Amino acid sequence: MSALTEIRSAPHIKSPRSVEQIMRNVVFSLLPVCAFFVYQYGLSAAASILVVTAACLLTERLFVRLGGQAGDLSDYSATITGVLLGLTLPPGFPLWMGFVAGFTAIALGKALFGGIGFNVFNPALVGRAFVQAAFPAAIATYTPSFLPGRFTEFIPSSLAWPLMAPADTAAWLKGMQLDAWTGATPLAKWKFEGTLTDAGDLLTSLAGHMAVGPSPALILLCGAYLALRRFMDWRIPAAILGSAGLTAWLIYAIGGPKYPDPFFMLFSGGLILGAVYMATDMATSPVTPRGMWVYGGLIGVLTVMIRYYGGLPEGVMYAILIANAATPLIEQITQPTPFGKGASIRAGRSASYTLHPDYISREEAAAKTSKKRFFKNKPKKP
Amino acid sequence: MNPSDQAPQATSAASLVKTLGLVSALCGVIIVGAYQGTYEAAAANRRLALERTIFRIVPAAKTMSEWQATTQGIRPAGGEAAAGAIKFYAAYAADGSLAGIAVEGAAKGYADVVRILYGYSPDCQCVNGIGVVAMKETPGIGDKIITDEAFLANFKALDVKLDQELARLANEVKVVKQGSKTDAWQIDAISGATVTSRAVGKAINDSAQVLLPKLVPNIEQLRKKES
Amino acid sequence: MKDLSQAKNFDEFMEGIWRQNPVFVMVLGMCPALAVTVSAVNALAMGFATTFVLVCSCLLVSLMRKLVPKEVRIATYIVIIATFVTVVDYIIQALSLELYEALGAFIQLIVVNCIILGRAEAHASKHPPLTAITNALGMGIGFTIGLFALGGVREILGAGKFFGVSLFGANFQPWVVMVLPPGGFFVLGAWLLLFAALKRRKEAHLAASGDGHGA
Repeated sequence: MSALTEIRSAPHIKSPRSVEQIMRNVVFSLLPVCAFFVYQYGLSAAASILVVTAACLLTERLFVRLGGQAGDLSDYSATITGVLLGLTLPPGFPLWMGFVAGFTAIALGKALFGGIGFNVFNPALVGRAFVQAAFPAAIATYTPSFLPGRFTEFIPSSLAWPLMAPADTAAWLKGMQLDAWTGATPLAKWKFEGTLTDAGDLLTSLAGHMAVGPSPALILLCGAYLALRRFMDWRIPAAILGSAGLTAWLIYAIGGPKYPDPFFMLFSGGLILGAVYMATDMATSPVTPRGMWVYGGLIGVLTVMIRYYGGLPEGVMYAILIANAATPLIEQITQPTPFGKGASIRAGRSASYTLHPDYISREEAAAKTSKKRFFKNKPKKP
Repeated sequence: MNPSDQAPQATSAASLVKTLGLVSALCGVIIVGAYQGTYEAAAANRRLALERTIFRIVPAAKTMSEWQATTQGIRPAGGEAAAGAIKFYAAYAADGSLAGIAVEGAAKGYADVVRILYGYSPDCQCVNGIGVVAMKETPGIGDKIITDEAFLANFKALDVKLDQELARLANEVKVVKQGSKTDAWQIDAISGATVTSRAVGKAINDSAQVLLPKLVPNIEQLRKKES
Repeated sequence: MKDLSQAKNFDEFMEGIWRQNPVFVMVLGMCPALAVTVSAVNALAMGFATTFVLVCSCLLVSLMRKLVPKEVRIATYIVIIATFVTVVDYIIQALSLELYEALGAFIQLIVVNCIILGRAEAHASKHPPLTAITNALGMGIGFTIGLFALGGVREILGAGKFFGVSLFGANFQPWVVMVLPPGGFFVLGAWLLLFAALKRRKEAHLAASGDGHGA
């Protein structure tokens, strides 16, 4: 990469930061999370992350070659997409479906928009949304964590033949004499059965055989490292968690004890992972500081609303995708005022950088087009 | 701008009307012809489809007739429908005895209204079969209500007995979480398709609550086949 | 002279099938194309219904092209098209109620399918009946092929079947999204991508060979 000369327009800011360096650090910070995930679910989790990441890298390579798009495997962006996608899928997700998810993430979420930096939606979430719509049953099938023998044997649904339905994990769990441990996620239990899981257990993910993702505490820790080294803006996760917590607390305070407490809302499902790693994707989140607060606030409120009132138990994915779509609008309404322009802009109540009427060229303003010319004497084709 | 330049040869209004009238008349003839030509076959098709659904729900049935239940009682359909009348179908076996009754019910499902037809057996006072008339539920999830064996087993003998005064169901038909069915009037939901399962239960309950109090006292009227 | 007119007729016929294919080139009539193509049978039925309407209305429009004044031509075309859509509606009801319910409101919506009005206005009103029918038939068949390409893929992935015949055995995992509306967009997009890629490759090839001749 460094051997290539890049020609860019001004301003030329010399910075030790490169896309590659940021992405590499994000990948490093994800490694402990992955390790924890593998510790929870064993072989299947490791295979799932590897296959999904491989699918992302292969697809990226294919499209960079085909379409002549910018980007390179060495910039780690496809790796991040793959690892994040792997972490959001259930550990026993059939590997071939994982491959489909990885392919869709890069093809539909990234290559279609023009490659790295041009994507409108977070690619990992596009991949997940596709498999959520295509295989709704498989993606809702979780298995309990810390099963005995998880490092020596796969979850049977992982090894489904391509295009074929996965094996029934419920029967497999029954065979292990573990029918007391259901494969339902804490959110599904709350939504469909009305039982709450202790928020403290959710925070560490260590207690018992729960069907949960990697520990939110660990993700927050890794996120803090990124934020401290300025590889990530702390405002977005703060805004998401703040607004989600506030909304959940309001509903809890008004609606009474039939609603779960805000800490359950914060630590269950993929909210922490989404807030720290998904919503902060640089290409799909606003760049203006005020915009980040608006964006994060929107995600938090939407997540809680979808969880309470939607048909599905989890809403982080759709909340982030909707906010991704709103990002250009958020950026537009939160433009910082250029220095020295404050008073006049506020008086005019218009967006900054308006086009002054005087700038319209005289020629154009005075130009008159003869309607006759358009309708009557059509130039004849030679 | 000269208007006469814009429209060089203006057509007279009379000729416009004449042309449109001619075209409309021609098209009218074509439509009437097509309607006449296909009416018989289309009506037969519709009757066949309804009969097929009813005969699947009431397997012993060989013929059927349409009835109406009003506040005064029940009478064969035909003529003008009274306000608030509920339609149902009486199905008869080959020997002319009453094989069962099919009733339509509807409730809001996940995507749209789920319209079902359920079979009511007067002998056991229970629902003994369901079929779907129309639904738009998610393929692969919501349509389990017609493919899932365990769910369909709920409707082998779903209890819809009336209470003492014959005014309402003794026990409301209820959809419960999968695996927790304890009584004959409960329906085990399909896990993963809870909303659609509930719609089926609600459709049966809503329709049975209204129809059965009118139907049961007059059931003898149906016993003999009208021909 | 006869050979020439035959070649011209063939050209008119092929226009809709390949060069101006309504689905893949003109991207017209997308409403039925995306909505009803969840299976190969539905796609074919929709295609044939549209072809019937297209051919009949183009014939009538072409026959009346000298009678109809310019001011009321669109109104006339709409009346004619609506007539044949109603006829098709009755015919399908008489043939199969299942098919009628599967196609739903989209049979009536053939009336607003832009291919039909487009053909009536742009072609049939300017050509004699035989030419108009030939062109309309080509367009209709092209539309049917387009719908079939969508419906076939969606049925194979969405249900593991083709014309209702199971392809992969009972254990197949259906891609639910393919029989939902988004699946229509995905499949259409994939086909358009494929045709665009083919076209670009052909053009590059032509340009290269052209250069060769010049030199």
